[in-house]
Amino acid sequence: MVRLKQVTLDVLKPHQPSILEFANALGAQGADYQVRVRVAEMDERTETVEVVVTGTNVDLAELEETITTLGGSVHSIDEVLVSGAQQQD
Amino acid sequence: MLSSLGRLVRLTRSTALMRRYFVVNGFDGALTMLGLTMGFRMSGASDPKLAVSACVGTAIALGMSGVSSAYVSETAERQRDLKSLEQAMIADLADTEHGAAARLIPVAVALVNGLAPLSISLLVIMPLWLDLWGLTLPWAALDVTAVLAFLVVFLLGVLMGWISGRFWLWTGARAVLIAAVTAGLIVLFVR
Repeated sequence: MVRLKQVTLDVLKPHQPSILEFANALGAQGADYQVRVRVAEMDERTETVEVVVTGTNVDLAELEETITTLGGSVHSIDEVLVSGAQQQD
Repeated sequence: MLSSLGRLVRLTRSTALMRRYFVVNGFDGALTMLGLTMGFRMSGASDPKLAVSACVGTAIALGMSGVSSAYVSETAERQRDLKSLEQAMIADLADTEHGAAARLIPVAVALVNGLAPLSISLLVIMPLWLDLWGLTLPWAALDVTAVLAFLVVFLLGVLMGWISGRFWLWTGARAVLIAAVTAGLIVLFVR
């Protein structure tokens, strides 16, 4: 089975929740998720952030739903890392 | 439910606003009850039922006024904020936490704004209730009520000191001074 190991997203979000709360909410979606959020650009009401989520089996649809619930929107999927059927974790 | 509300309060940074509404309107409730009590005392009215009825009526009116005014103004402010954010995001945020906050935070703020004066008023007039129920108090019920109003005002002053990080005794004493000036004006104009 092919598994998504890492995904990099370009996300537009309001200033609230903060990137720490934002990362915590995304991290809570998977027991082994590691989340890195970096502010790329800041406007008066919004900020563009780069979100990198790493895990043994990242659920992209769930991540996108959480981002939407928090008021953000995924502009693009910039990078993915998948492991093939025979690869070990 | 409570954790969701807590998250929305944090999202909208509303904790300070609610705290401010609680203190301001609690102060309103305590001072209003002090004014009513002193008015009754100055007029020579001694019927506890009359005093309780007037005070409870006023407390309910304060509560309703607090709930309705805060709900109307907060809803308008939150909807304005949401629209501005939607324009910045170029997206409909109704189904997001920001949308939920715009709907629920005005309700929470309104409840704080209304329940603060209502509950503090009902607390202050507790001696009048006790008198009405036939419990013997060490002094006249109206006097005990006035003293309790001063005590509650002092405690709200202490709370303000705790919030602002200033010396609690000073902020408590300042609140009592305001209540004393209020009482003095009532004595001056009502006799």
